[in-house]
Amino acid sequence: MINTPMDVLKKIGFYLLVLVIVVICIFPFYYAIVTSFATGSAIFEANYLPKSLSLVNYKNVLFDSKAHFPRTFFNSIMIASITVVVALLFGLTASYALARVRFQGRGLLLMTILAVSMFPQIAVLAGLFEMIRAIGIYNTPFALILSYTIFTLPFTVWVLTTFMRQLPVEIEEAAIIDGATPWQIITQVFLPLLWPALVTTGLLAFIAAWNEFLFALTFVSSTDQRTVPVAIALLSGATPHEIPWGPIMAASVIVTLPLVVLVLIFQRKIVSGLTAGGVKG
Amino acid sequence: MASSYTEMSLEQQRVRAARLFLIPMIVLLFLVAGWPLLRSIYFSFTNTSLTNLSGGEWVGFDNYLNRRELSSGKVIWRGTLVDPAWWNAVWNTIKFAFVSVSLETFFGLIVALVLNAEFKGRGLVRAAILIPWAIPTVVSAKMWAWMLNDQFGIINDLFLHLGFISEKIAWTANPDTSMWAVIAVDVWKTTPFMALLILAGLQTVPGDIYEAAKVDGINPLKVLWRVTLPLIRPAIMVAVIFRTLDALRVFDLIYLLSNNSQTKTMSVISRENLIEFDKFAYGSAQSTLLFAIILIFVSLYIWLGKVNLSGEAGQ
Repeated sequence: MINTPMDVLKKIGFYLLVLVIVVICIFPFYYAIVTSFATGSAIFEANYLPKSLSLVNYKNVLFDSKAHFPRTFFNSIMIASITVVVALLFGLTASYALARVRFQGRGLLLMTILAVSMFPQIAVLAGLFEMIRAIGIYNTPFALILSYTIFTLPFTVWVLTTFMRQLPVEIEEAAIIDGATPWQIITQVFLPLLWPALVTTGLLAFIAAWNEFLFALTFVSSTDQRTVPVAIALLSGATPHEIPWGPIMAASVIVTLPLVVLVLIFQRKIVSGLTAGGVKG
Repeated sequence: MASSYTEMSLEQQRVRAARLFLIPMIVLLFLVAGWPLLRSIYFSFTNTSLTNLSGGEWVGFDNYLNRRELSSGKVIWRGTLVDPAWWNAVWNTIKFAFVSVSLETFFGLIVALVLNAEFKGRGLVRAAILIPWAIPTVVSAKMWAWMLNDQFGIINDLFLHLGFISEKIAWTANPDTSMWAVIAVDVWKTTPFMALLILAGLQTVPGDIYEAAKVDGINPLKVLWRVTLPLIRPAIMVAVIFRTLDALRVFDLIYLLSNNSQTKTMSVISRENLIEFDKFAYGSAQSTLLFAIILIFVSLYIWLGKVNLSGEAGQ
């Protein structure tokens, strides 16, 4: 192929487009990092490049005894992890039944599960609030673990069912001929094959639970029981009119960095999970 | 005969096991989704208040629409169906959903086409576009609130230098720009998701088609319009539906970035009434209406799309 000037121009145009996409995607996070390292009046200048590398905002966020930020970080990790374990446990067995066994009402059941995953969370807020108050778990992590199941479970079932359908029938037939029970088939035949799918769904469910805001805002009232998103949202300065941008950006970086690292490591898995499930952004 | 008998019992055994496996999931889902939904709908027909959840009395449709005739003969209509604030929120939600999903589809298609081409550093670009998706909404709302800040924001600084604007703008507070600010942030955050779904569709299009078109010297734009787009239409449709459902229930972004009469959506107004303004039953009626709207939308989608949910054929 001979490179005509037209080809070269096209190539430059293409790479310019690529550059624009990348810059738009990462600039806001980059700018949050720059702000988080700025102090004093430097925060209030629009600096495109970092001017200082001060850790004072991080210190303020981590050691401010009023905001309980480390505690909320721990709350978030615990709540998201337990939610994921519950969803995978219930989701794995259910998706085996939905993907591999023919029974009456299967289509209807799948449709219901899909419908639940599309529920507007606000539609169940009043009922969940009553339930959480009634069983006495208001303002505890259990309130969030229970309520997060509403989106993690349908999503897990849906994606795992898709994955499990793709496994060849022969493996299962061989196990049946050998006299394996359904439970043995799940734990000894499918589980080893499903590890990648479990990692993917677990990760996506973790991110969804980690980022959730509406329930976390409504079902928890005291500062030390909050999750990180609510803590960041309600981070306030010395006076109501003074927004502490430096600490907010530092907290944002702390919360987002683990996610970004996870996403970069598990890129391929996440993409396959998102496209298999097609659920939630 | 004997073999067919054992096969039957084996199949029955599997079905029984399947039921056993499904029951815990169904019970749990009913507990966290079905029952709370029914209770929310029930509350919308009562006068329950936040401080006395069990003391509500049945009031029929009063929270939705209520007609009262005063002794003077004047008729007063009340309820959320004649509440201008509610209809304003409905209109805001529809505007937000329509504009943001349209823009996301357009940009998502461009990003997907770029990622579908082979070039050096494609993996890096794909990693970069996952970053907005992975950032928690709360964080992206705060990040953008800071960047869009009227006095110290970098967007105003940049636009002033580039000559796009002549004076600093309070993007999230100004009635003319607040909806656009919210839409821009939503587009930034969710275009990657759209792009990935469309990309998955693009990757199913066989490469020979492009080769053939190239050999025949057909304009690439024409190929895109006439060949590629029709082929990936199903993938785009699925992505559009999921995004629309998400956009219709939007809460956190609006609540945190710009909560005024220009941007307030159905979810935000429902929660305000439910929790903040002590109009628990009234808020329940609004959340029930939002649920009904989404239900109609989903039913239309399943009915029109004839989605194959059981996966029996064509998988």
